[in-house]
Amino acid sequence: MRDLGPIRRHTLAITVDNESGVLAKIVGLFSARGYNIESLTVADITESHDVSRITIVTSGSQEVIDQIEAQLDRLVTVHKVSDLTELGPHVEREMALLKVVGGGDKRLEAMRLADIYRARVVDATIESFIFEITGSTEKVNTFIALMREVGLVEVARGGVVAISRGKDPS
Amino acid sequence: MAEAALSDRSYGQPTDELFVGARLILKALEEQGVEVVFGYPGGAVLPIYDALFQQSVIKHILVRHEQAAVHAAEGYARSTGKPGVVLVTSGPGATNAVTGITDALLDSIPIVVLTGQVATHLIGSDAFQECDTVGITRHCSKHNYLVKDPERLADIVHEAFHIATSGRPGPVVIDIPKDVQVARAGYRKRSALHNGYKLQLKGELKDIEAAVEMLAKAERPILYTGGGVINSGNGASQLLRELARVTGAPVTSTLMGLGAFPAASPQWLGMLGMHGTYEANMAMNECDLMLCIGARFDDRVTGRLDAFSPNSKKIHIDIDRSSINKNVKADLGIIGDVGYVLEDLLKIWKARAHKAVDQKAWFAKIGEWRKKESLGFKQTGKEILPQYAIQRLYEATKAKAPIISTEVGQHQMWAAQHFHFESPRKWLTSGGLGTMGYGLPAAIGAQLGNPRSLVIDIAGEASILMNIQEMSTAIQYRLPVKVFVLNNEYMGMVRQWQQLTYESRYAESYSEALPDFVKLAEAYGWKGIRIEDVDGLDAGIAEMIAYDGPVFVDCRVAKLENCFPMIPSGAAHTEMLLNPSDVKGELDEDAQALV
Repeated sequence: MRDLGPIRRHTLAITVDNESGVLAKIVGLFSARGYNIESLTVADITESHDVSRITIVTSGSQEVIDQIEAQLDRLVTVHKVSDLTELGPHVEREMALLKVVGGGDKRLEAMRLADIYRARVVDATIESFIFEITGSTEKVNTFIALMREVGLVEVARGGVVAISRGKDPS
Repeated sequence: MAEAALSDRSYGQPTDELFVGARLILKALEEQGVEVVFGYPGGAVLPIYDALFQQSVIKHILVRHEQAAVHAAEGYARSTGKPGVVLVTSGPGATNAVTGITDALLDSIPIVVLTGQVATHLIGSDAFQECDTVGITRHCSKHNYLVKDPERLADIVHEAFHIATSGRPGPVVIDIPKDVQVARAGYRKRSALHNGYKLQLKGELKDIEAAVEMLAKAERPILYTGGGVINSGNGASQLLRELARVTGAPVTSTLMGLGAFPAASPQWLGMLGMHGTYEANMAMNECDLMLCIGARFDDRVTGRLDAFSPNSKKIHIDIDRSSINKNVKADLGIIGDVGYVLEDLLKIWKARAHKAVDQKAWFAKIGEWRKKESLGFKQTGKEILPQYAIQRLYEATKAKAPIISTEVGQHQMWAAQHFHFESPRKWLTSGGLGTMGYGLPAAIGAQLGNPRSLVIDIAGEASILMNIQEMSTAIQYRLPVKVFVLNNEYMGMVRQWQQLTYESRYAESYSEALPDFVKLAEAYGWKGIRIEDVDGLDAGIAEMIAYDGPVFVDCRVAKLENCFPMIPSGAAHTEMLLNPSDVKGELDEDAQALV
């Protein structure tokens, strides 16, 4: 086998026609060709609701990533594929909602940690909180790990959304 | 230069006059210049068939199985350069077409497939003859549509033809619910839908300049050409000839590219790859510059990748960006249509007044390889060797420049090796998918597109049975296609692999209980001829050619002949088996895992 070089994590932004079957086509391409999806988010982004932006976090050698880009690019419904990791500095954010249950010291500790991580309380009962946290994947991972110690019972998590820095669109 | 052919997303104004959906479809097909549709009726396409009945512009060819409709459309498209059109019903009609659609995707054949669908309000209810056609064909078509709005019918048909025929060609599927076929709407002329569809026809000039300089310095160049040259149009084949003339380089081709370069040229090395010639594969191995033109470094071509042409610089011209660096790393990739790129390349070569490096030593080496006579065989005795049968068929028909289709297996490789082509669009074969049952329907499609040509399906006795029912189609439309079966009573390629890999344990590869092909032919209304031995071969072929109508030739050949040369899967070009004495009879487990 060829040495394909080191495996790295890449964040891809893909703009597509917002029509039925497009997401299935893209996800199917990844599974059919054995590419990896670490996270995927999608939403329509134009006033006329005819274009969606998909953010996919994947990993692979540079050759594999180039091939993923080329394969995506030839789909009729794909407008543009940008490898944000290759393009340079960019902002990546994830959001998660965490349900934490408990009382006493654990409850207080959960509040303190949430404050440090700038997580917001979006729902509270005598026995529970729901925290909303936004940040890098790493920050969200760390926060979730900490909350496990203080009564975490459920996590809902969106995938990465990302955009390039500076004035030029990615 | 990237060209966005479809740049705005407005659909254009529909006509004030309203038409039913079925009529809109036919109007759009007429505007596209469609003359022939291959199809099979059923409940979900009855409105379209009714509209077909009431017009005379488009001729409908009734096949006997939907898979054959697609192969016939492929044969028509490949032999004429025009897109093929298929019309089938929902459910089983659509699923039967899937093999053909996948075949067209892998071999980049432009076809448009119209499938009926249950009424919009029934979709998702598991209705009678319902299947998720767009879901099933999503990954085996270049693009597909489910049309829910009758106002969009005509412009989607137009866009489908544009997508099927432009860029890297391929199959496009349009799924049309029955209620949409009967609803009334205005007709829209060609218009733009997808602004994301990118076409890059011209290559980057600086890349082409770099290619010219690399070619001018090459001491041992080779042109490795593929089906892309044929898809680019007949002009591209002419440009390839010109490029070979000015560079003096030897030329080899993939299975799909045969005919783009004339086999009579002294620069022609024959086909390369698993069953390619010794000289083609050795020249690929030892060249210092490989110019790949519209081919895709398929595993059947490269053999073991880490031993593939280890000391060469590689230039890859392809219209599909994803083909470049997919299997083999190119030193220089040029994205563009072969015709456009070769035109620019030749202009720059001539403007810079380049002279090719003297290649005497290179051709002397090639001459040594040629002396191996890797396609050689000895016809002795009465029993016909399959290679000899094809050689005689070639000699008897070459003056007519026949169109040859094939099924898949040993006979296909022997035909590729021993039938020689001087021009493109004469060779129809299932390369990428390797679909048994392709040849007869493809020959039918080719005969319809080329009524005056001699069209011959070179077949095996196993493959031909996969779409044998199409003999009925040929009779109905009085198509004088010829089927020439090399009957060795085995699925020969399977048997050959079993001999090479599994110590001759011939599991299920013997063709048991074969029909009497002559009687079968006669039952369908064909002429049947049996050739038993060498004495009857030439006479049988002559009788086949002379008969004005479809002929089925059952040519009995040596049963256990193997197809050589052969590069076993997972082996390098230099590890070619040239004759039976090279065969060990078993392979290690790693090699067994490869196909």
